[in-house]
Amino acid sequence: MTTSESTILGHFGQYGGRFVPEALIGALEELEAAHISALKDPIFQAELAQLHQTYTGRPSILTEAKRFAEYAGGARILLKREDLNHTGSHKINNVLGQALLTKRMGKKRIIAETGAGQHGVASATAAALMGLECVVYMGEEDTRRQSLNVARMKILGAEVVPVTTGSRTLKDAINEAMRDWVTNVETTHYLLGTVAGPHPFPTMVRDFHKIIGQEAKIQVQELVGRLPDAVLACVGGGSNAIGIFHDFIADASVRLIGLEAGGDGVETGRHAATITGGTAGVLHGTRSYVLQDENGQTVESHSISAGLDYPGVGPEHAYLHDIGRAEYRAITDAQAMHAFSLLSKTEGIIPAIETAHALAGAIQVGNELGPDAVLLLNLSGRGDKDVQTAAEYFGIKL
Amino acid sequence: MATTLDQVFAQTKAENRAALIAYIPAGFPTIEGCKKAIKALVDGGVDAIEIGFPYSDPVMDGPIIQAAAEQSLAHGTGAADVFSALKCATDAGVAAVVMTYWNPIERYGVDEFAKSIADNGGSGVITPDLTIEESDRWIAATNNNGISPIYVVAPSTNDSRLGKVTDHCSGFIYAASLMGVTGTRTSISSGASDLVARIRKVSELPIAVGLGVSNHVQAREVAGYADGVIVGSAFIKCLLEADTEEDGLRAITELAQDLAKGVREGR
Repeated sequence: MTTSESTILGHFGQYGGRFVPEALIGALEELEAAHISALKDPIFQAELAQLHQTYTGRPSILTEAKRFAEYAGGARILLKREDLNHTGSHKINNVLGQALLTKRMGKKRIIAETGAGQHGVASATAAALMGLECVVYMGEEDTRRQSLNVARMKILGAEVVPVTTGSRTLKDAINEAMRDWVTNVETTHYLLGTVAGPHPFPTMVRDFHKIIGQEAKIQVQELVGRLPDAVLACVGGGSNAIGIFHDFIADASVRLIGLEAGGDGVETGRHAATITGGTAGVLHGTRSYVLQDENGQTVESHSISAGLDYPGVGPEHAYLHDIGRAEYRAITDAQAMHAFSLLSKTEGIIPAIETAHALAGAIQVGNELGPDAVLLLNLSGRGDKDVQTAAEYFGIKL
Repeated sequence: MATTLDQVFAQTKAENRAALIAYIPAGFPTIEGCKKAIKALVDGGVDAIEIGFPYSDPVMDGPIIQAAAEQSLAHGTGAADVFSALKCATDAGVAAVVMTYWNPIERYGVDEFAKSIADNGGSGVITPDLTIEESDRWIAATNNNGISPIYVVAPSTNDSRLGKVTDHCSGFIYAASLMGVTGTRTSISSGASDLVARIRKVSELPIAVGLGVSNHVQAREVAGYADGVIVGSAFIKCLLEADTEEDGLRAITELAQDLAKGVREGR
């Protein structure tokens, strides 16, 4: 069985690596060294575990969605409740880890990019907890779509910088964060929120999220007495998906299914399904799949979900796709919003719109596999932040 | 085989001065306007020109070059326009290179890109986000086509890495004067002369300093210790701020003349 463990310099097959200005190499090497030493340091690991237990609320529970399952071919659908973590999504797992590393490196300032605001809120939270200065870059378009999260970040003491260049979304927020980092690298850690970017980010962020899959693997087996038939998660940059996939990669019987944002439909060109509709290229410091034109210019992505609205994807996903270990499907805005509404009405759980893409995937896969199947789904975030978008979508007057 | 750029550095060395190198993005302000700007730069006395390949995600660039790239991309500038601007510069009698982020090269085809540079008289390519660890195919392609791979080093680059990066370089070494993005600055950081001194210990190649240089005084100062002075944003600003294209072109020539004096007064 091929595993996706990164080899030399953070490559996953032909993907990954480091495509950055030389000015950042020192900081990336310092970060890699800090990550490697922290992995082996029982004190660091104990501190992180303690935080997860007493602050994040780990382990997150497993909820069986029995009424929702009636719409998914009767398959058993088990939700890994990352939405119940402090700050409302899986993002806190990585953020607490990197914030501890920031202190370990003696840096006092963190910067972060955010799309939906989940990573920005988590970063602002960790900064408040650990007494770090925090600046969050957010596309101007996203500050409008996710105004509640902007307010949350400000309440937590972070500075939110609206980015007005390019498509004014997550991609441009990352550009601006990288410019800040190049300028302030001596004092500042770039707390990247997904499994993309230059090495060591894809490996390090995965390591901080793989606890999701480790917990879920035990919980699923306790509940149903066997491994699941498939593990599903939404994929933008791909952090929650890698987090739940990783512990199952060696289990060949378990299908790993990533659900990308199909927007108006991949065939329309207005989508953010990078693996389904993109080609190999380099974006934001890593080689992976990219939505790009014939000149290598990044093409703007489109999705109702700000958190998935990104024209790149983590390099490990590109690799898992190419070797056939994971499969990736596109879910349209309409399919995602249907699943969003369905989970809310059948289970009393309002999911993030990002997560709703995975739920729409579960409806498909459940119907394909039938009632004997067991599906594990990463319920990566809660939908409070999306109430306004959903109200607009469904025509609910506020 | 010596490139035109190598000859330029040999000549400026013989004249005991620094070379003046200008940066202009292809297709800026328009496809034809860029060619006029190249002529205006040559008229003003620049020794070499870097043609920028405008890119959608220029993380090394400040607001001025971002704005120029955005304007250029808005009318569809592509690889063909980059090569035709390159040819325009080399036809005008100066040494010319292309400066580009890596993805457009990979998309075009690594070998094909190097070949097109050579076919259009180009001397090399500056790749600010290509690390030496990812460079194997590129080094082979530049060697095969007789052009120089030019890397950017920064004040944060430590001595052992400086040695490794400069070993991969030919043509010249691009020394970033400061930790930051492109753009005009009121003063040149002392980090630039320190960096140049550190590079001298590990490489015999010419060293050109870029980032932040915009006027005569700064050019003279940098020419005191470097072999080349690179100016980009200040030229672009001439075009962005001018009321008419003619005014902008005139401003470019005047700035180039001023800087050309500066690089001759540094020593």
